[in-house]
Amino acid sequence: MSTPETSRGRLAVLKTYKLYVGGKFPRSESGRVYEVTDGKGQWLANAPLASRKDARDAVVAARKAFGGWSGATAYNRGQILYRIAEMLEGRREQFAAEVAAAEGLSKAKAQAATDAAIDRWVWYAGWSDKLAQVVGGANPVAGPFFNLSTPEPTGVVAVLAPQRSSLLGLVSVLAPVLVGGNTAVVVTSRDAPLPALSLAEVLATSDLPGGVVGVLSGDTAEIARPLAAHQDVNAIDLAGAEGGLAAELEAAAAENLKRVLRPTAGPADWTADPGLERMTAFLETKTVWHPVGA
Amino acid sequence: MTDNDTTPQDPSATAAASQLFAYAPAPESRAVVDLAPSYGLFVDGEFREAAAGKVFKTLSPATEEVLAEVAHAGEEDVEAAVRAARAAFGPWSALPGTERAKYLFRIARVIQERSRELAVLETLDNGKPIRESRDADLPLVAAHFFYYAGWADKLSWAGLGPDPRPLGVAAQVIPWNFPLLMLAWKIAPALAAGNTVVLKPAETTPLSALFFADICRQAGLPKGVVNIVTGDGATGAALVAHPDVNKVAFTGSTAVGRQIARTVAGTDKRLTLELGGKGANIVFEDAPLDQAVEGIVGGIFFNQGQVCCAGSRLLVQESVHDEVLDALKRRLATLRVGDPLDKNTDVGAINSAEQLARITELADAGEAEGAARWSAPCALPSEGYWFAPTVFTDVSQAHRIAREEIFGPVLSVLTFRTPDEAVAKANNTPYGLSAGIWTEKGSRILKMANRLRAGVVWANTFNKFDPTSPFGGYKESGYGREGGRHGLEAYLEHA
Repeated sequence: MSTPETSRGRLAVLKTYKLYVGGKFPRSESGRVYEVTDGKGQWLANAPLASRKDARDAVVAARKAFGGWSGATAYNRGQILYRIAEMLEGRREQFAAEVAAAEGLSKAKAQAATDAAIDRWVWYAGWSDKLAQVVGGANPVAGPFFNLSTPEPTGVVAVLAPQRSSLLGLVSVLAPVLVGGNTAVVVTSRDAPLPALSLAEVLATSDLPGGVVGVLSGDTAEIARPLAAHQDVNAIDLAGAEGGLAAELEAAAAENLKRVLRPTAGPADWTADPGLERMTAFLETKTVWHPVGA
Repeated sequence: MTDNDTTPQDPSATAAASQLFAYAPAPESRAVVDLAPSYGLFVDGEFREAAAGKVFKTLSPATEEVLAEVAHAGEEDVEAAVRAARAAFGPWSALPGTERAKYLFRIARVIQERSRELAVLETLDNGKPIRESRDADLPLVAAHFFYYAGWADKLSWAGLGPDPRPLGVAAQVIPWNFPLLMLAWKIAPALAAGNTVVLKPAETTPLSALFFADICRQAGLPKGVVNIVTGDGATGAALVAHPDVNKVAFTGSTAVGRQIARTVAGTDKRLTLELGGKGANIVFEDAPLDQAVEGIVGGIFFNQGQVCCAGSRLLVQESVHDEVLDALKRRLATLRVGDPLDKNTDVGAINSAEQLARITELADAGEAEGAARWSAPCALPSEGYWFAPTVFTDVSQAHRIAREEIFGPVLSVLTFRTPDEAVAKANNTPYGLSAGIWTEKGSRILKMANRLRAGVVWANTFNKFDPTSPFGGYKESGYGREGGRHGLEAYLEHA
C-alpha cells in the first residue's frame, strides 16, 4: 500500500490506481473515482469507479483475446501462469503491505495470504497440461469408432472477486478461469480493490497477452449487472456477489444460458485445497467420433 | 573439423544446385560451455572422486578429442550414493507436494536459462547435431521437468488412489542417445512422486548429467535427493543389484534389460524397462508422399538413427515403391553430414567407435545376405565416427537388417500389398515400441493403429515426443511407460 511519507521524512510518490483493460491501464471512461480506506478509515487511494461502458470495453477486449489464449498450447499457458507467480514473488512485500491495509490483517497474516496466493498460481500453472488427462479421455463405445472427450474453455468469463479476501480470494477465482483457456473480466472487491489493481501490473508484465484479463474496480452491483446480462459473456463466477445480488445476477445470466458458479453458502475458506470445481465450471466437454475401419 | 564444402558427388541436378548455393560454415560457439579437465561423482550434494581413484575419459565422437576425465564409480561409491539417497528420502517424501513442485519448477527454469550451454555440451559429448540438441532435446528436457513439477502436488488425481506413496530410492540407468532427455524422463517423475534417485549416465555421455548436478545446486535441491554415479556397465550392474534400492528404471538395450529383469527377480524392487525397437513405418499408396518422405527421413535419420523408436523398417505399398524410393534418395542426397556443432548439419557423428563397429557389421551383413545397399553420396570427415545415411532395398523379413536393431542411420525397405500384409510384417518382430502409418484415410489409420502391437503409433508424423504423452513398448521393447499421467505409476504405489 502507499503511505504518505517514508521513514526519513521524504514525501512518498503515490500511485494512481487505474483499471486494466485490453492490456492497458485506463482511468474509468466515466471519470469517476471513489475513496478507498484501510480498516481504520484512513485514506489509501482513490480507485476508479468503473462504469457499464468500462465493463463492455473489457468484454470486447476479452473476446478479442480469446482466440489467441484458448489456442495457445497448454504448456504455454502453464508457463505464463508460472511466470505470474515469479513476478508476484518479486513484489511479495508490496502485496503483503497492500493486503494488510486492505483487509486490516496483521503483517504475518497478510504475508501468509500473499504467499498462499503465489503458491496458488503455481498450483494452477501445473494443471494446464494435466486437466485434460484427468477430466477427459477415450470412451470405449460399442462400435468401430474412436471416441475421445476433451475439455475446452467456455469463453469470456465475468469474475466477481470475493469481497473480503482481496488477493488470495481473487487469485483463487481468477487462476482457474484462465488455466483452461478462458479470458476473464474481473470485478474487484468493492472496499478492498487495491491488491487487485496492483495484480493487474503483475499480469501485464508476465507475458499474459493483453485482454486476457480485465480488472475493474467500483461498485460490484453496478458493474456486475451489465456483465451478467451481456450477450457476449459466456459464464459468470458469483463469488463476490453478496445478499440478493447473486440470485438477481443468476437470473439475468439465464438469458444466454451463461454457466454460473454460485457463491458458497457460508464464508469461503480460500486457504483450503481448491479441488477441480472452479476449473471444470468453466469448461465444455467436446467429444469427437471417428470411424475405425479399412 | 569438417568439410564444409560437402556436396553430393554424383553429377545430378541436386548436386549442381547445392554447389551453386553452397552452405557457408555456421558453427555454434563452444565458448558457452566451460569444461573442467575432470569431474567427480555427485553424491550427497558434493562432487567427489571415486573411492578407488579410478577415472575414465569421455570423447567427442566427432573429433575423438578428449573432453574430460570422469570418476569411475565402483561398488563402494554406489553404496555411498544409495546411502545418501536413503537418508534424503524421509525428508524429501515428507515435504508437502507444493514444495517439491517448486523445486522442480526451479530446475525447469534453470534448464531453460542454461539451455544453450547444455545443448552445446550435449552435442560435444554425444555427436548429435546442434540443431537437434538445441531444438529438440533441451526444450523437451525443460518441458519434462515443468510437466512433472505440476504433478508433485496433484498426486491424488493421478488415478492411483487418494494418497499414493513414493517407493523410496530409485536406481536409474540411462543410455547415451539422448543423455539429458533420458535423465529428465527418469528424474522428473521420480522426484515429483517423492522418491530420491541414484542415476548412472552412459559411459560415453556422462557430462550433461554432471552439469545437471550443478543445476540441482543452483535450484537449492536438498542434498542426497539426486545422486549421479558415472561409470560403465559394472557400475550400473552394482547399482541395480544394490539391496537398498526400491525401484529400478532402465533405458537401453533389450539384452541388458533382460539381465536386469533377472537381477531383480525375487526381490521387492519395482522395475520399468524401455528397451530396443525395430519400428515399422508403413506407407500406403494414398499417403501424401512428399510428407511421408520427410517422415521417413526424420524417422530413421534423426539422431543418426540412434533412437530406440526409430522407423528402421520402411514398409511401403508395392504400387508406390519406386516413386517413394526415388524421392527418398533424392532427399537423402541433400542431407548434410558433418560437424555436429554446425547449425546446418542434419546428420552428426555416431556416438562411439563401438557403436560404429556394430552398425558397420550389420550393414555388411545386409549386403552379404543379398539386400541392395545404397548410401547417400556425401564426404565423411576423416576424424571421428561417421556412417553415411544408408538404405537397403530388396530386404526380406529373414534378413538380419530386418530383424535386429541396428541403432544407426540405416533403413531397411520392405514392401506389402494389403493392409493385412502390412500388419503381419510390422508385427513380425520381438519388439513393439513404435510404428508409423502414412495414409490420407482416417479410418484406416485407426484400424491399423488398433492392430499394431506397439506402444507408440504415429500417424502422418513420426518421432513426436511430449512430456504429457506416455512412451514405452510392448513385448521385448520393455514394460512401463514414461511421460504423461501414466509415467507417475512407475514411481508410486497405490494407496
